[in-house]
Amino acid sequence: MTITEPYKNPSEQFHAVGDDIHDAKAPTGPIEKRWDDRKFNAKLVNPANRRKLSVLVVGTGLAGASAAATLGEAGYHVKSFCYQDSPRRAHSIAAQGGINAAKNYRNDGDSIYRLFYDTVKGGDFRARESNVYRLAQVSVNIIDQCVAQGVPFAREYGGLLDNRSFGGVQVSRTFYARGQTGQQLLIGAYQALERQIAAGTVEMNTRHEMLELIMVDDRARGIIVRDMVTGEIETHTADAVVLASGGYGNVFFLSTNAMGCNTTATWRAHRKGAYFANPCYTQIHPTCIPVSGDYQSKLTLMSESLRNDGRIWVPKKMNDERLASEIPEDERDYYLERIYPAFGNLVPRDIASRAAKYQCDAGKGVGPGGLGVYLDFADAIDRLGRPAVEAKYGNLFDMYAQITGEDPYSEPMRIYPAVHYTMGGLWVDYDLQSNLTGLFVTGEANFSEHGANRLGASALMQGLADGYFVLPYTLANYLADGPYDKVDHDHPAVVEAKQAVEERITTLLAINGTRTVDSYHKELGQIMWDYCGMERTEEGLTKAIGMIRDLKTDFWANVKVTGVNEELNQTLERAGRVADFFELGELMCIDALNRRESCGGHFRAESQTEDGEALRHDDEFAYVSAWEYGDKQPTLHKEPLEYEYVEMKSRSYK
Amino acid sequence: MVATTQTVKRPSAKRSTVALKYSMAVSGLIMLGYLLVHMYGNLKFFQGRDKFDHYLEGLDDILYPYLPHEGALWIIRVVLTAALVVHVYAAVTLWRRNKAAAGFVGNTRYHTKQNKTGVQRSYASFTMRWGGIILLLFIIGHVAQMLPNWLSPGGASDSKYDRVVNGFEIWWVVLLYTIGLVAVGFHLAHGFWSALTTLGQNHSSTRKSSRITAVSIGLAVIIAGGFLTVPFAIFFFGAGS
Amino acid sequence: MNITVRVWRQKNADDKGKMVTYGVENVSEHMSFLEMLDVLNEQLTLSGDDPIAFDHDCREGICGACGVVINGQAHGPQTTTTCQLHMRSFEDGAVIDIEPWRAGAFPVVKDLVVDRGAFDRIIQAGGFISAPTGSAPEANNLPVPKEDADHAFESATCIGCGACVAACPNGSGMLFTAAKITHLGLLPQGQPERDSRVIGMIEQHDHEGFGGCTNIGECTSSCPKGIPLDTISRLNRDLLGALAKGKA
Ligand SMILES: Cc1cc2nc3c(=O)[nH]c(=O)nc-3n(C[C@H](O)[C@H](O)[C@H](O)COP(=O)(O)OP(=O)(O)OC[C@H]3O[C@@H](n4cnc5c(N)ncnc54)[C@H](O)[C@@H]3O)c2cc1C
Ligand code: HEM
Ligand code: HEM
Ligand code: SF4
Ligand code: F3S
Ligand code: FES
Repeated sequence: MTITEPYKNPSEQFHAVGDDIHDAKAPTGPIEKRWDDRKFNAKLVNPANRRKLSVLVVGTGLAGASAAATLGEAGYHVKSFCYQDSPRRAHSIAAQGGINAAKNYRNDGDSIYRLFYDTVKGGDFRARESNVYRLAQVSVNIIDQCVAQGVPFAREYGGLLDNRSFGGVQVSRTFYARGQTGQQLLIGAYQALERQIAAGTVEMNTRHEMLELIMVDDRARGIIVRDMVTGEIETHTADAVVLASGGYGNVFFLSTNAMGCNTTATWRAHRKGAYFANPCYTQIHPTCIPVSGDYQSKLTLMSESLRNDGRIWVPKKMNDERLASEIPEDERDYYLERIYPAFGNLVPRDIASRAAKYQCDAGKGVGPGGLGVYLDFADAIDRLGRPAVEAKYGNLFDMYAQITGEDPYSEPMRIYPAVHYTMGGLWVDYDLQSNLTGLFVTGEANFSEHGANRLGASALMQGLADGYFVLPYTLANYLADGPYDKVDHDHPAVVEAKQAVEERITTLLAINGTRTVDSYHKELGQIMWDYCGMERTEEGLTKAIGMIRDLKTDFWANVKVTGVNEELNQTLERAGRVADFFELGELMCIDALNRRESCGGHFRAESQTEDGEALRHDDEFAYVSAWEYGDKQPTLHKEPLEYEYVEMKSRSYK
Repeated sequence: MVATTQTVKRPSAKRSTVALKYSMAVSGLIMLGYLLVHMYGNLKFFQGRDKFDHYLEGLDDILYPYLPHEGALWIIRVVLTAALVVHVYAAVTLWRRNKAAAGFVGNTRYHTKQNKTGVQRSYASFTMRWGGIILLLFIIGHVAQMLPNWLSPGGASDSKYDRVVNGFEIWWVVLLYTIGLVAVGFHLAHGFWSALTTLGQNHSSTRKSSRITAVSIGLAVIIAGGFLTVPFAIFFFGAGS
Repeated sequence: MNITVRVWRQKNADDKGKMVTYGVENVSEHMSFLEMLDVLNEQLTLSGDDPIAFDHDCREGICGACGVVINGQAHGPQTTTTCQLHMRSFEDGAVIDIEPWRAGAFPVVKDLVVDRGAFDRIIQAGGFISAPTGSAPEANNLPVPKEDADHAFESATCIGCGACVAACPNGSGMLFTAAKITHLGLLPQGQPERDSRVIGMIEQHDHEGFGGCTNIGECTSSCPKGIPLDTISRLNRDLLGALAKGKA
């Protein structure tokens, strides 16, 4: 079914519509000169004055650690925060596949322009051209920087850097360090950060969770954090605040994100006025290890590279109980090869994920609960021999065996899609500044350069681009007007923020109800997965909004948070995060309801072509949805997107 | 640019645990060298009393007349004593330090009764320390017996050959020596490998896979076995009587 | 399966702490060890008890946050992280003892959570290459032999979990320190600071109160990332060289 006539968007029962956003501050002129122009016109800060300027950086993932290290090195006074016991444990550590850069080392026609083009197209025309071009430009410097830091990228026998192709593009531009690229890049940034900590330019606060943003005279001037060991509620003030607190995929409870990933930092800023952009854009990764039981706490990703040699299939018969090996060839449905003959098993993530869901919905899923499809290497082993398959995928096979207790060499693997990445986040302008003056947002926490869908190996690139090469210029431009008036700890705005945090904690501890925090989180996650997951409908989203509101009310009446504030209290930490996820989840559904088109990671069942492919509506929805918080209801601001360089086309993989 | 060094005052690397281990390794290797020569000398026992005593007297005049009578011997003694003092000092210092570092709660580290040996007192840590103490006692007793004719189980004599024979005709002397030499064997089986590792010469990913480990065990067997031939030959086969 | 766990409970750093016994029923063999603790914690919460505190984050064996001593072995009976250990490694009816890492340099914060800040401070003392942002030369200007790069990578996979310290009878942090020395020391970029790095890191290692290494090798058998023992020998060699040059 296609949407034909314009009608009042049913989402508007849940929100207001505000003014459009027109100035995202990107310079005009030829796209390849915009970043140079911006850098040249940015105000500079005399090195002698930098010490007097202070910055708070929340998060020590690739985006946060690279920023804190670089700003510290430049001489600013930096305070850095993370909720883990060490900055090295930020979730970026888990990234496996690699990092893109337009080095063209393979002489295969790659260029800055091509990386720019691929990213805009991959993002399904929902990203800003200027930002994406800058990202492609600085990508080359990232690799230089990381190599100089000692990041042990894979190399060729000649000693030069190796590349592989990744994520459905035709050039080899992905730099990698076996299956641990994120780890190696993060260790590089972490070491640079530790070096600055030793030098005294960065003050590190581990096991500190940001719980509130402090706004003074319409500027972001500080944060309230909880010392997670002593429970002390601390105030930190500075001339600027940077949020690099990562993505919010954990709203689904089950995801490939680390257990502690949360939206609290960004959501609290949102409540203080920062726009939240495109919250409904979530990326669902097709090759994850399926859920094995209701105790499951997280899902594990297996590299997409497995789809290069593995063949995906399900039994043709419904609810087939036989072992895979007992199902004869002609009773198997290699559905991706059948439906998408040109790309076969290598169709993009969203398509592969949705196709798997359809098979399982049709009762053809395999494994516990029928939530899985086979990823079969039997042909590859026949064709290449077991040793070759082992050399290529050995560590992934081992990981699979370790987790499932099954041997993927003899029985096919079972895979199922899982939430993996969130393209949405706080709205920022070209300078990575949110609509709140002095609040900068980097990495997965902002709504980023990936539009409606992120290409593989581009998140690491973006995090490091922001931290090493973009923010240091644009933040300096802002700081050049500082230092701003000192904010006393008894300033009314500080006192108000601190009291709000304390009251919330007291309330959570006082409820003393009958249900655990996790049980709420699981239920919320199930609602999100069912109605705001791979496929969304008007009816489902409307229903979900009601369910989330009810669940939220129940949470605040019946949750049980044990212990006290004045000690390490992991239940209390989780309760605060889940409370914010409720509010974010609701906004995600409203955003998804508003966007009556299918684009990238957002598939509206009402908006598909006759043969079931995603259908965009560029005439109506070529904009960024930036949501303003409101006590009663949120307000939608649209930032129209214009494409001067890449022509808008619809994707086809048939 | 900003300085990258830490401002906290720390003890110098020259006094670090690793540096202590260097001194242990070097002193250990010096003593090991002595043991090899000593064992070689002991085997002359089988050539009979005259040759043996003569050999030992000859030792007094090494490098004579360039060095005075017993001069070389005294140099060796000083070096050996110094090595022993350094070695024991380092061992005791490290041992105390390591005990504090292990994070004991009361007098146990881990409360579990399962897997006592694996994590907590592996073969090497156990034998090096207690073995070392046995060794120290052995050395004191042995030198007292051999050198000044103070402690002479079985009867004193001016002939060291006789003294050796007299001693090893007694079962408990042989037993004590056996304990001592088994301790030497165990100590060296780990010690030689450990010394080379400490000095940076191990290139294998595990101790078992290291070639030096094989050499180390071989050396331990040769030394312990070589020394034991004399007491065993006397006690079991009546050699020298 | 049904199991019994005996867990170290300690309210805070000042509390004395003790082992407490709990029963856990309906444990699936597919559960990870931490999921088993989650189930136990849900039980404890509902009965009004304080749930057991333990560190964890990624739950896929890469962040290094998790880690407890299980039946006397750091990370339990398999060579993997605690989060990647599954209940199928235990028998039905098993009694499982769970304790925090024990080391003077890793004080207990609460229950199974310890403070591993000492590792960060060792890195601060030289575990980096000084490469200010923006100063880097073109990446392919300096080729690195593949073998060295691979070797450096293997050492760089250390996740900073601290199992080596918990397993070492001396509470020594030498394997962790050596892994970093080896990672950076094998790369041409790491050469200029090689001497100052090893000196700084060793000084900090000792300053933190870790024990000395007596080449026992227990650490490598607990290391989930298989950091090899020769890294320690390399550290020894590097420090010897630095001291010989009079750099300390
Ligand atoms: C399994 C997996 C594999 C991936 N593989 C790839 C890949 O191959 N290539 C690629 O390009 N991308 C990949 N990604 C995506 C990529 O890893 C992430 O998008 C990226 O690392 C995010 O980095 P970040 O710095 O923005 O945030 P994070 O690394 O998530 O860091 C967030 C930081 O914020 C801190 N923080 C959060 N909340 C608070 C708070 N309230 N108070 C204080 N501190 C807080 C945390 O402590 C942490 O330090 C993968 C993601 C996953 C899950
Ligand atoms: C006399 C009392 C002795 C004690 C208490 C003692 C103790 C120890 C201990 C605890 C170690 C292990 C420490 C480590 O590996 O770092 C050790 C190592 C060693 N010992 Fe001894 N020892 C003694 C005597 C000897 C003797 C007599 C020899 C020579 C035959 C010797 C040779 C060695 C060697 C070679 C090492 C290895 C050094 C190293 O690991 O770097 N020790 N000793
Ligand atoms: C069965 C075994 C042994 C026998 C028969 C034996 C015999 C002797 C004899 C006869 C002497 C006197 C040499 C002289 O007059 O110079 C001597 C000295 C000595 N032995 Fe042994 N020995 C044995 C084992 C050992 C071992 C295992 C050690 C050390 C670990 C050792 C250390 C010494 C030392 C230090 C001296 C004194 C050397 C000197 O200062 O002159 N011996 N031994
Ligand atoms: S060396 Fe191994 S055991 Fe030690 S911290 Fe690193 S990964 Fe953990
Ligand atoms: S177990 Fe300890 S003694 Fe050394 S070899 Fe490992 S650090
Ligand atoms: S939780 Fe990250 S390694 Fe176990």
